Amino acid sequence: MSGIIETQQLSFSYRETDGSERLTLNGLDIAIQEGEFVAILGHNGSGKSTLAKHFNAMLLPAGGRVLIGGMDTADEKLVLEIRRLVGMVFQNPDNQLVANVVEEDVAFAPENLGCAPDEIRRRVDDALNAVGMYEYREHAPHRLSGGQKQRVAIAGTLAMKPRCIVFDEPTAMLDPLGREHVVGLIHKLREELGVTIVLITHHMEEAIGADRILVLNAGEVAMEGTPREIFTRIADLREIGLDVPETVLLMDELNARGFGLELGALTVEECANAILAQLQ
Amino acid sequence: MLKDITLGQFFPGNSIVHRLDPRTKLALTLFYIVALFMCKSYFAFALMAVVLVAIIVASQLNARVILKGLKPVAIIIIVTAILNIFLTPGEPIFEWWIISISVEGIIMAVLMAVRLILLVTGTFMVSYTTSPLALTDAIESLLSPLKKLHFPVHELAMMMSIALRFIPTLIEETDKIMSAQKARGADFETGNILRRAKAMLPILVPLFISAFSRADELADAMESRCYHGGIGRTRMNTLHAEARDYVALLGGVVIIGAVVALNILL
Repeated sequence: MSGIIETQQLSFSYRETDGSERLTLNGLDIAIQEGEFVAILGHNGSGKSTLAKHFNAMLLPAGGRVLIGGMDTADEKLVLEIRRLVGMVFQNPDNQLVANVVEEDVAFAPENLGCAPDEIRRRVDDALNAVGMYEYREHAPHRLSGGQKQRVAIAGTLAMKPRCIVFDEPTAMLDPLGREHVVGLIHKLREELGVTIVLITHHMEEAIGADRILVLNAGEVAMEGTPREIFTRIADLREIGLDVPETVLLMDELNARGFGLELGALTVEECANAILAQLQ
Repeated sequence: MLKDITLGQFFPGNSIVHRLDPRTKLALTLFYIVALFMCKSYFAFALMAVVLVAIIVASQLNARVILKGLKPVAIIIIVTAILNIFLTPGEPIFEWWIISISVEGIIMAVLMAVRLILLVTGTFMVSYTTSPLALTDAIESLLSPLKKLHFPVHELAMMMSIALRFIPTLIEETDKIMSAQKARGADFETGNILRRAKAMLPILVPLFISAFSRADELADAMESRCYHGGIGRTRMNTLHAEARDYVALLGGVVIIGAVVALNILL
């Protein structure tokens, strides 16, 4: 089975202002399967946003290949098809909304794809309903909260009917409530629409719900595994400058004081149950 | 304080004037301006005033809104009127030193003031009753024949609509930067104009830097959503000219005809 996203020996380097080249991605081999939820973690400068931009041909590899649904991103003729297949949601909700009416913004992608007006209308309504922003369809984006704007941005991507959506730190600029809504929505998209999710984040808690986690460090995959496997490797995570979820942290500190807890409990509920069981 | 700026001065509504196709409204404005400058007789001016009042009534806009719109141009109207009083040659009815006022001058001044008021109010009616987005669409549609001459019509319209989209965002940002500067002791309110202009510089620099980074991110977001220029692009809401638009355009032609007739007959 070939993945929807596949990188083969992907390398990329940015040119610094002094003219020297800085290697940001170093021979990455990644495969993401259709329907999967993959979280990519890494601290600033680990290359995770650079990697994301390779997933829809915004950046082209300096070395190696990127295949999206079997299509090589280096093939210029396939760029639109690749971008339609893999949608992208960015960090700053303000800077990705194009129009000054919500529904016009959601219509932007299908308009670019040349859909017929009634088809665009249907896609816009469906996308706005899927993100729960239908009743705001005639509002101006600047009057919405950050979380609402981000949901509109997600709807704007959904209107392309992509098979995969790459989220590049979608909650970094949101308040806790907006973050909760957006993370909830990401899970809903996968469960209800079967969209493949790639979530790039540095909030460990958001990665707990993923099927698989890739930890990026200095342009290489430092760790790979299920959230349970990754988050129990506390020392390794700290070494590359990442935190562990608070639940794991709590249990780790309890263990240091003589509790014998299994570190596998990631959500708050699992963690509470584990501690309760131990106390009893 | 910056939040008070109303942009485009659009007053949403559902009147017949609001519902007209924006292209019709732009064309009618052009007709109105042409007719206004052809006016010679008092009757023609009276007709133009009646037409404007009828449009205002039909638009269901508040009269106060319309008077407020005239405020910024009041000085221009007054200065023009005064110049006309003194500079129009004719039979003087009042003379003192080098100043002379003639009947012709007074008539000219009044007509000029009326013409300017009608002109300003007439053109403002479009922006009062049409959303900036609809206006942009109308301009794109009306200019589309220029595409054959490789004039970047779509790009122009896209730039206008993005500018409209980002004005509130940038105003908010300016407010934020100003507050941050004030918190660190910047003074924007005292001193002469030169001093105040200088104080604005530390606002403009960060504002420009952030505007460029916004533009960069927006370009990425647009490309991610398959934007590739105007070729092959469709629209969700296309403009439709309906019966009422043709009736309105016909009305515009009739008014021009009436003005010409009044000029000849009277």
